[in-house]
Amino acid sequence: MLELKGLTKHFGGVRAVDNVDLSVAQGEILGLIGPNGSGKSTIVNLICGLFPLTSGQVILRGTDISQVPPHTRVGMGIARTFQNIRLFGQLTVWQNLWVAQNSAEQVGNENFLRRWLGGPRRARADIDRALAFFDLAHKRDELAANLAFGEQRRLEFARALAARPALVLLDEPAAGMNAEEIDQLDARIRKLRTEGVTILLIEHHVELVMAVTDRIAVLNFGQKIAEGTPAEVQANPLVREAYLGTATAA
Amino acid sequence: MDFYLGLIQIIGVHTLLGLSAYCVLLTGQVSLAQAGFFAIGAYVAGMLTVLAGWPIIPALIAASLVAGAMACAVGFPALRVKGLMLVVATTAFGEAVRLFFFNFNYQLERGGFRLGPHGGEGFRQIRYFPEHGWSTLDVMLFIWAVVVLVMAALWWMDRSRAGAVLRAVGEDELAAQSSGINVTAVKVTAMTVGGVIAGAGGGLFAHYTTHIEHVQFGVVLATFAVAYPILGGLSNVFGTLLAVIFIQGFLIEGLRFMGDWRNLLFGGLIVLAMNVRPRGLIDAGAIAALRRLLRNKERAGA
Repeated sequence: MLELKGLTKHFGGVRAVDNVDLSVAQGEILGLIGPNGSGKSTIVNLICGLFPLTSGQVILRGTDISQVPPHTRVGMGIARTFQNIRLFGQLTVWQNLWVAQNSAEQVGNENFLRRWLGGPRRARADIDRALAFFDLAHKRDELAANLAFGEQRRLEFARALAARPALVLLDEPAAGMNAEEIDQLDARIRKLRTEGVTILLIEHHVELVMAVTDRIAVLNFGQKIAEGTPAEVQANPLVREAYLGTATAA
Repeated sequence: MDFYLGLIQIIGVHTLLGLSAYCVLLTGQVSLAQAGFFAIGAYVAGMLTVLAGWPIIPALIAASLVAGAMACAVGFPALRVKGLMLVVATTAFGEAVRLFFFNFNYQLERGGFRLGPHGGEGFRQIRYFPEHGWSTLDVMLFIWAVVVLVMAALWWMDRSRAGAVLRAVGEDELAAQSSGINVTAVKVTAMTVGGVIAGAGGGLFAHYTTHIEHVQFGVVLATFAVAYPILGGLSNVFGTLLAVIFIQGFLIEGLRFMGDWRNLLFGGLIVLAMNVRPRGLIDAGAIAALRRLLRNKERAGA
């Protein structure tokens, strides 16, 4: 469903992402791992279109979307979360999701006034369902800024789903979570897959990535150094080297 | 009595000016161009009633639309810059408008007099209200009818999805964009709506003072425009109204005996307000506290 071809991004002289080819199949959970500074978040930003590519292509369902502005890509089915949580703090939990209902399907059928000034009833039901799924229903009218850390992470995940995306990019969703919260996250990711959502998971928490993903791609210094099932990747000497250093260096 | 009616008129017009800045501030942009849109509204409405002989309501509508179109045109290039740079860009625009009217000379023969904008001397004899026999009270009620209309519209907008989207853009543009919001379109729309409201305010201002000149539309007015919603808070439109009443009614009129020291107090107050209540007098916390208070009272009463 998503294909990256020769994806390259240079910041000045730094090759943040260097000629990466990657494809994500419909309905799969792909893990993207790598040491700090290996270019994982940059790839997410490139898929979302936050900055222009140096070269290469981002292809969604066979269409090159490299020149499409970021907000339009959301309508085409790509949503994301942020590594450092970025909620609308002075909006309520409910409003955070309301604002994010911008998928082509949701927007296309509504006329202008209803879309902007009313908010159709169907959308409201959607939001309440999402809040229940993320165990936030009781915080519905709370300001997002007043939520606890774990709740903020959940809300951000819920907001990404509010646009009814076909592909969700999760940028370190487990960062700062305790074991119980990670278990819940794991369950939610699996549940989403059963609903047909494709997921690209960037994560440092190795246990979670190994447990939940179908395939894993490993980045180091902006290049893809390995790809395969969790077991294959774990056994790959290049991956061990990237994380632990070479035997001589150690 | 006329003094108080006059004061209420000033408060009404300044509320419109403040609300025009409120719209733009919701998206996180500080615009000092609002006085410029206000000036455009004032001159256009004045010229339409005095020179073209239009009735007041169509003249006001046309003035609002012209100011709004100008705001839309300015919005596209200006909103590409952010923060302090936007303040500089919009100040420059406001001053350009003021200097345009300083040099603008377009007088026509009307009823034996030469009327119309006359450069540095300003635009005198905008006498639609007295000529049509409106009393000060009539004018005051008319101004407040417009204010109530605008406030009601903005109140409704605030509570709709549009209000949430504007605030989302104001809080975090990147997150808004990543939630599928066309940030540029939202910001330009807010700027345009702000221009329309400022234009209506300017049109009313021109007609109740009957005499406008370029110095009235300088940086000071632009600063007042953003000071109202900042002081009042961006939670809802009543914050701006409250701030206008406080500044115009209390600081400017109530403290008139202090002479020019008022200005010092005004500056100090803004600094104090930004430190003590960074989200304005009426912020989300104040509303929540008020709700709790009301609920407790109900319980105590029951």
